[in-house]
Amino acid sequence: MSDEKIPSFNTLAIHAGAQPDPATGARATPIYQTTSYVFDDVDHAASLFALQAFGNIYTRIMNPTQGVLEERVAALDGGTAALAVASGHAAQQLVFHTLLEPGDKFIAGRQLYGGSINQFNHAFKKFDWEVVWADTTKPETFETALDDKVKAIFVESLANPGGIVVDIEAISKIAKKAGIPLIVDNTMATPYLWRPKESGADIIVYSLTKFLGGQGNSIGGMIVDCGTFDWMASGKYPTLSEACESYNGMKLAETFGNFAFAIACRVLGLRDLGPCISPFNAFLILNGIETLPLRMQRHCDNALAVAEWLEKQDQVSWVSYAGLTGDPCHELAKKYMPKGAGAVFTFGLKGGFEAGVKLVSNVKLFSHLANIGDTRSLIIHPASTTHSQLTPEQRTAAGAGDDVVRLSIGIEDASDIIADLEQAMAQAG
Amino acid sequence: MNHDSYSDDYIRGILNSVRSFAIVGASANTVRPSYFVLKYLLDKGYTAIPVNPGKAGSEILGQKVYASLRDISGPVDVVDVFRNAQAALGITKEAIEIGAKVVWMQLGVRNDEAAGLAEEAGLKVVMNCCPKIEYARLSGEIGWAGVNSRAISSARPKLAPKGVQHRILRKT
Repeated sequence: MSDEKIPSFNTLAIHAGAQPDPATGARATPIYQTTSYVFDDVDHAASLFALQAFGNIYTRIMNPTQGVLEERVAALDGGTAALAVASGHAAQQLVFHTLLEPGDKFIAGRQLYGGSINQFNHAFKKFDWEVVWADTTKPETFETALDDKVKAIFVESLANPGGIVVDIEAISKIAKKAGIPLIVDNTMATPYLWRPKESGADIIVYSLTKFLGGQGNSIGGMIVDCGTFDWMASGKYPTLSEACESYNGMKLAETFGNFAFAIACRVLGLRDLGPCISPFNAFLILNGIETLPLRMQRHCDNALAVAEWLEKQDQVSWVSYAGLTGDPCHELAKKYMPKGAGAVFTFGLKGGFEAGVKLVSNVKLFSHLANIGDTRSLIIHPASTTHSQLTPEQRTAAGAGDDVVRLSIGIEDASDIIADLEQAMAQAG
Repeated sequence: MNHDSYSDDYIRGILNSVRSFAIVGASANTVRPSYFVLKYLLDKGYTAIPVNPGKAGSEILGQKVYASLRDISGPVDVVDVFRNAQAALGITKEAIEIGAKVVWMQLGVRNDEAAGLAEEAGLKVVMNCCPKIEYARLSGEIGWAGVNSRAISSARPKLAPKGVQHRILRKT
């Protein structure tokens, strides 16, 4: 097919990256469950190790099933290339390992997945990388946090846990002015609802575990290179712009042009740190992505119906969902994600801690667990689970006060989801 | 012709119809992009002739290095420019002189004046592109590195005779 017209989103979700298997004709992408690959000859082996030829060496670095998944997500986001890894956390680890040197800093929006806050505050400290926190709802706080040591900005597009929509265009302008890349975690929105490259992101990361895989069965992560950042323009990113010792002095940005960042994450970060995705997980997530547009629209439609119902309930004091008219993020949601405001949001129970515990104890359809982005509807009361080690004051600051309940709305029938909440809330009082 | 982007059919048509490339600015340094391209094109069965006045008379990858395009005795279908945009004009004039069919300027190289001259003389022009990346993209090899080929196809990729880790271009 000619590329005069790039196929549209639904078509890409099914076809991008996948052709019939050349060896067997298998139409579904096979699970290449192998550690390693036979070289065609000695010269071919040498070419592969020197990055002179494209091909497979060892599944810690690349795998054909994984390759299809990578091209699929790169295509959905309009990026130049992508790298699939073991988890969303691994994706963040490799992104920063490629960008930062010891002593460097990056700015992150405070409204983030709790796991990312831990990784940035604690694990990254051991690499001597310092996170500087800014307020995602006030883009100007990113500008005031800049200094010479800051090499990147990191935000979520649709931020955890309350469904805050982030003004990526405003933050991107600050990053561009400073000559540093903007990294966007697009896990909660997915490229179906929002393509952050179009809002000015340079690098996109995902936990594939959530809506992209979408069925709660496989952990995985992804790094998408938007191909928009000039790594040679300054001396700030030596991993990309300087001669690389472990590849005989090759300059990766010069050799791989607008997909050099994804290649660097693979041939240095993944090769040396090792958090690869299993071929089986890559296969399951790839299958999930084929139905992403259908699932994501149903997730959003159901979430809006549930949020609108919750707003009318006597036991509910507030609902934080950007899809609701009157929500502080509603205008940004209409601008950036007109198809829907996602499926994860929080609400408050007038009955506080006790009511929250009773609600999660009495649901019959919802699953009480710590995940989001499953076909199944999920519920958690953060104060009694994920945030229970914090003081009440710390919990409130983290958006996990005693009264807060977080929902991840599934793709069941909205009437059944609402009926389950109704019966459980009746018992919670 | 629009030189901001090229259709897959245009690029595939060129890669399927040419036999020989002259690589102007070919380096003997094994980590330079021009060396990669020379090696890759040879691997795909093309004739690839290095041109570099500083290396004239020596060999790169077993291929004799010429000082200029005019010194090459055999036919040259594609002149691949690994020089800056300014130098591309003179090289294009030489390419027209020696009867090349295509002037191909590498990633980051674009000279619209040169492109106009070449097109007037009946040559095809590709700018700001790499033949290695384009070949790997259209054959499906590039997906192994997670790169977005920007193409979808329900056809089975074509394996090269030399091994399963080599693919070749389909005719359409």
